Amino acid sequence: MDSALASDGAVYLPRTVRTAAKILVVGHFAVGKTTFVGSLSEIRPLRTEETMTQAGAFVDDLAGIDGKTTTTVAMDFGRLTLSESLVLYLFGAPGQQRFTRLWQDMTQGALGALVLADTRRLDQSFEVMGLLEELGLPYAVAVNHFDGAPTYPDEEIREALDLLPETPLITCDARDRVSSTRALITLVEYLSARTAQEHV
Amino acid sequence: MTPPAPRRDKGLVRPYVVTEGRSHPTRNTFDLVTLVLAHEDRPLGGLSPEKRALMELCLGGALSVAEIAGHLMLPVSVVKVLLGDLVDSGHLSTRAPIPSAELPEAQILQEVLDGLRARL
Repeated sequence: MDSALASDGAVYLPRTVRTAAKILVVGHFAVGKTTFVGSLSEIRPLRTEETMTQAGAFVDDLAGIDGKTTTTVAMDFGRLTLSESLVLYLFGAPGQQRFTRLWQDMTQGALGALVLADTRRLDQSFEVMGLLEELGLPYAVAVNHFDGAPTYPDEEIREALDLLPETPLITCDARDRVSSTRALITLVEYLSARTAQEHV
Repeated sequence: MTPPAPRRDKGLVRPYVVTEGRSHPTRNTFDLVTLVLAHEDRPLGGLSPEKRALMELCLGGALSVAEIAGHLMLPVSVVKVLLGDLVDSGHLSTRAPIPSAELPEAQILQEVLDGLRARL
């Protein structure tokens, strides 16, 4: 798969683009980050990998293997040219505390984050939400609807995720472009309202 | 313990060889979404294979740092070191991600919102 991505010709930005904005799409393993980025991106999503030194001793699925000091973290991202002067990049990355360095790089200059959640594993969203709060990056939560996954009233999900009253909560289908666009719009409306409030 | 062999076919040398042992770029101005533009009039002779590949990619048009890393299949940290050198040597120039002094965040958010709504 990697080589298929590599053999693709690069798709260049229009010469008129002046500003690049960045939004993070985060969540736990297999929550649909890459799918979400893929349904919105105008380019085939690209992947970059960083080799990270482990802060902690434990590595997913590698517990018990001694001497593992580095791990490779993959970051999938996509691009949307929104106007002749503005391009938006969506970065999807695993939300684990031990990837803090990657996170600092990703969150620097980011407008905000969309946290994808799965109703079957809501508890797994806490770590990523905690990271965002620590880094001071505002976020909205989008429950990615998986076929066969239980649905709950918003109030119950809010309570389970311990969301602040102002944090937007939406349901989306990460496979669907329109649904994913709506989720992103909800996030940006929230960010916009926050910024307006700060400047009153 | 030996880390698993890289799956990429281009990664025949280790990242620190590509960067001549350096882990930090000569300048700290690269964000993942910094836009990079190549200058067409600079000679490519004498550049390392990785820098030459980077230049050949960028000569086609503007790309972000993250896209360059993705296309070249190199870690972002390595690409930032190469970019620093190529900016120093006059091969490339960059456009800061968000020129915050000029464009307030509120305006960027509004433009993002307009752009997204137009896609529905």
